[in-house]
Amino acid sequence: MTAPNSTMQPLLKPLAMLGRSLLFFVQILGSSKLGLRQLRAILDQLYFIGARSLVIIMICGFFVGMVLTLQSYVELSKFGATDSVGAVLALSLFRELGPVLTALLFSGRAGTSIAAEIGLMKATEQLSAMELMAIDPVQRVVVPRFIAGVISLPLLAILFNLLALAGGATYALYIMGIDSGVFWGNMVASVEFQSDFMMSFWKSVAFGVITSFIAVFSGYFTTPTGDGIGRATTQTVVVSAVAVLIVDFLITALMTWN
Amino acid sequence: MSEDLIKLTNLTFSWGEKVILSDINLSVRRGSVVAIMGPSGVGKTTVLRLITGQLIPVTGTVEVDGKCVSSMSHKNLYKMRRNIGVLLQNGALFTDLDVFENVAVPVREHTNLPEALIRRLVLIKLQAVGLRGAVELMPSELSGGMARRVALARASVLDPALMLYDEPLAGLDPIGASTILRLIRDTNDAMEMTSVVITHSVEDMMELADYAYIIASKGIVGQGTPAELRQNTDPRILQFLNGEIDGPVPFHYPATNIHSDLLG
Repeated sequence: MTAPNSTMQPLLKPLAMLGRSLLFFVQILGSSKLGLRQLRAILDQLYFIGARSLVIIMICGFFVGMVLTLQSYVELSKFGATDSVGAVLALSLFRELGPVLTALLFSGRAGTSIAAEIGLMKATEQLSAMELMAIDPVQRVVVPRFIAGVISLPLLAILFNLLALAGGATYALYIMGIDSGVFWGNMVASVEFQSDFMMSFWKSVAFGVITSFIAVFSGYFTTPTGDGIGRATTQTVVVSAVAVLIVDFLITALMTWN
Repeated sequence: MSEDLIKLTNLTFSWGEKVILSDINLSVRRGSVVAIMGPSGVGKTTVLRLITGQLIPVTGTVEVDGKCVSSMSHKNLYKMRRNIGVLLQNGALFTDLDVFENVAVPVREHTNLPEALIRRLVLIKLQAVGLRGAVELMPSELSGGMARRVALARASVLDPALMLYDEPLAGLDPIGASTILRLIRDTNDAMEMTSVVITHSVEDMMELADYAYIIASKGIVGQGTPAELRQNTDPRILQFLNGEIDGPVPFHYPATNIHSDLLG
């Protein structure tokens, strides 16, 4: 067999990585047997990944809503359209900011934690010990974290949107003095369940799959050293952010095709 | 039933281009404690990983209980491992579980025993390693020797036919080391197991082992009972057994001429 052409060399590593990711994704799906033990592990991870992300999601959501309302109010007041602040807030949140910001916060808070935890288990031979005890580490360690991440992110995104609406409403109604009937009325009239709310939901589901997978992949295949674990956590945040923004565009383009 | 529980035949293993082990022939008799010794980095742990099927040889075969490990399906490999206990170098305890739960992991995973029975089984194993009183401690609260003993209890909790120890004495103080040595022998004899101990601790193994192999230069350079090995005059064996700094295994890693390096 001849050595690959030197012009092909730079392509080989990303291609190998892509192939490994696909195989690992299939392995995760194949190992997802929902027995009692795995359900219990998923519930534990829902607490560690989901419940423990609540505070950061709620605080960020509230302030994102406030700042969005403030910025919209300043610009809309130039056209005398401050009545539309509620509609602008809701549409930006449901269509883009809610799922995207939740995914970015999630990868920074929970994704890094998952990657570091699995990486450390690899470095201290805990994954190897499982294999030697005839326990599949993918089924036992990876699957519960992946599924918990996929379930958590849409729920966190809904909470983020609710808190952002609350933050926006607080600023608009109590500081700017906009009439509450106008604020909520315009919002309800502008937001459509299928095209806006469901877009937010499906995006957050897709981002949940992406960010959770990148986190478990980075941790599982990291070099088992301190340096390797550091790189795995950085990779989790960076790759997740890029992937989320690319997929966000693709989903938006797909759902607004007509 | 064959007299040998483990048999490695004409085995060669390499990482990419680098050959680690070449033409290894090794067998372990049932019921015995066999030591695999040699300097650091010669591939002793690789032998352990070949026996457990975590690595596949380039050529040759690995047989455990008459079955070829390297050609086993994933399912059969896991089935075989249920009958093998492995004590890894650092214990590899699960850091999110306390001592009791660590030892209970294999039992919960591979049996449907009621909780009361699991509790008794775990406590009996912990009593055997002298740590029944430490059931509620977390791994971070254990000393190195205690962690190794908990790992030993976990590895032997299902009474496997074969126990593999990877550097069980590394980093232990004399009390910890002699405790582990006694436990290896007692566990082996009481449970009628077979034990393979990977180590470079010469004196301790010469006391403990029924038979020993010495690996160096990618192959087995000596084998026999401890008494036979002491009579061996092979310079590679003598260097290892006597702990001589220089010899067939050189002190210096291969390098260019020192004069050209330092004086240009």
